[in-house]
Amino acid sequence: MTDLSQEQGPYFGPFGGRFIPEALIPALDEIEETWRKSQVDPAFTEELLELQRSYIGRPSLLTEATRFSAHCGGARVFLKREDLNHTGSHKINNALAQALLAKRMGKTRLIAETGAGQHGVATATAAALLDMECEVYMGEEDTARQALNVARMRLLGAKVNAVSNGTRTLKDAMNEAMRDWVANVARTHYVIGTVAGPHPFPAMVRSFQRVIGDEARGQILEAAGRLPDAVCACVGGGSNAMGIFAAFLADTEVRIYGFEAGGEGVETGRHAARFSGGRPGVLHGSATYILQDEDGQTRASHSISAGLDYPSVGPEHSYLHDTARVIYEPVVDEEAMEAVRLLSRTEGIIPAIESAHALAGAMRVGRELGPEALLLVNLSGRGDKDMTTAAKWFDYFDEGAVQV
Amino acid sequence: MTTRGARTGATLDAVDERGAKAALIGYLPVGFPSLEGSIEAMVELVRSGADIVEVGMPYSDPGMDGPVIQHAAERGLANGVRTRDVFTAVSAVAEAGGTAVVMSYWNLVLQYGVEAFARDLDSAGGAGIITPDLIPDEADDWLAASDAHDLDRIFLAAPSSTPERIATIVESSRGFVYAASTMGVTGVRSEVDHHARDLVSRLKDAGAARACVGLGVSTGEQAAEVADYADGVIVGSALVRALENGGVAELAALTEQLAEGCA
Repeated sequence: MTDLSQEQGPYFGPFGGRFIPEALIPALDEIEETWRKSQVDPAFTEELLELQRSYIGRPSLLTEATRFSAHCGGARVFLKREDLNHTGSHKINNALAQALLAKRMGKTRLIAETGAGQHGVATATAAALLDMECEVYMGEEDTARQALNVARMRLLGAKVNAVSNGTRTLKDAMNEAMRDWVANVARTHYVIGTVAGPHPFPAMVRSFQRVIGDEARGQILEAAGRLPDAVCACVGGGSNAMGIFAAFLADTEVRIYGFEAGGEGVETGRHAARFSGGRPGVLHGSATYILQDEDGQTRASHSISAGLDYPSVGPEHSYLHDTARVIYEPVVDEEAMEAVRLLSRTEGIIPAIESAHALAGAMRVGRELGPEALLLVNLSGRGDKDMTTAAKWFDYFDEGAVQV
Repeated sequence: MTTRGARTGATLDAVDERGAKAALIGYLPVGFPSLEGSIEAMVELVRSGADIVEVGMPYSDPGMDGPVIQHAAERGLANGVRTRDVFTAVSAVAEAGGTAVVMSYWNLVLQYGVEAFARDLDSAGGAGIITPDLIPDEADDWLAASDAHDLDRIFLAAPSSTPERIATIVESSRGFVYAASTMGVTGVRSEVDHHARDLVSRLKDAGAARACVGLGVSTGEQAAEVADYADGVIVGSALVRALENGGVAELAALTEQLAEGCA
């Protein structure tokens, strides 16, 4: 078997490519060239490694979830703690690296799309650190349900634009960011926050997130003395998943699972399960699985977690799906929220609702594989941002209480 | 193979032969303000002097369009417009004596089936497709289908395009090359004009037979300026706005004014 982790794009089987206006092609070429050079430039690598160590807080911990294990059929469960990164998720790994690249390209302004707000916060953070201008596009529906992250971005000095067209979620934020980029490409770098978009973004973002998998592989070998039986991650655009998957793709004995947002259930049509409810097409610059109607109009996605509420998915995931190297399954809102509650109560760790999809999936996988199994779960982010959603779901707010 | 509708190359050559400075190319989306209303407006566009009609297909994610066209596309989709409606509009334009090209984001053509779309477009009397988010590098299926049906494939060139890319675009295009300054954004007029003029001359130097310019042209005067150096002047948002504000009458008035600028 060829080592799939070495895929460099522009294509992953029939997926990927650059379905994008001509005006942006030179910018994409410049990004690719700068990225390739940086990969073999010790100065860049040193700078990034130092920031990972002294700013992000890497390597992130690997924590064994001994009490949560009971809910996973007794399997041993290890959590890769990306929630402990500065800014609270894996997004900073990519945002900071791309910001460094942007500096190398002489760009002074960063723009980003964001769903849950984690990538927006990470980009705003990188911009503040590196003294760059920053503008973030976020769907109006998401600015409402992730209001704290909007405040964070503004405190960090970024301009946040609520996008009110289309479905007012992540996909529309991405459209708006793309429009900004076309108009301002000379001085602006578009920090795409996931392994989607036109080449080289899927391969490049994967390369910046691969640190998750590389660390986790070493850590679990040390902690458990062997490779895991299964690796679990949630998949929105799919960057935390590609980051951890990349280090295990060549290990054919390791089962790999990606958990999509099943929303209210795939049968209801209100979900973000591209592999269960979508088909191949082209959206946001790449050929991949998307949620669409018969004509190819994008269908609105739905998930309780803003970060997974996206009708498209990174093209490499489509390839890994079609080649059956990775198993993709939907996890519905209810299962994810139950996992939020369980991890909080059993381990004292409040996960992001996005990451809780991976936890709920691990519960399923663990029960299937049994107590001898060893599971690695990517805990991609922390749940602080989700407190309003969680409090409403579990009815934790006292009646009449007002947050001031 | 039967060629039912005029191709843009022939239309542009005819415009040249009649002594006009440039052709007027007008964009309108199908389904706005309604399916019937949009077809009526496109026919009026032809009657008022547009040589080529860009029949726009509304898309849920028009990443390259500004607010005016976005809004019209949303209305079209809300009205239930389907991809197949594009062929009805194309037929109407062709019957009215205009040359019709479809402007569509690629996924809609892909889902219809590239070959099937080409076949049905040819049957409807359409000339070809303008593909704003499809570059020649990704267009193998479309190159084959457009060859099979002798359809125009109108790729976009941008001021940022390198000489190598300009060469590929010119070589891959048929009919004309769409010279875009900045897609979806109506920029500062003088600056855009400078870019567009330069781009057209680069395209011509690279061997393009015809280059048409799409930018924020909204008046007859501006059309006249662009007509000085381009083979065609493409107007979109201004026409959509006119249709929205003043219906077919205002659309006709603006079209006449623009056509005069191109004459």
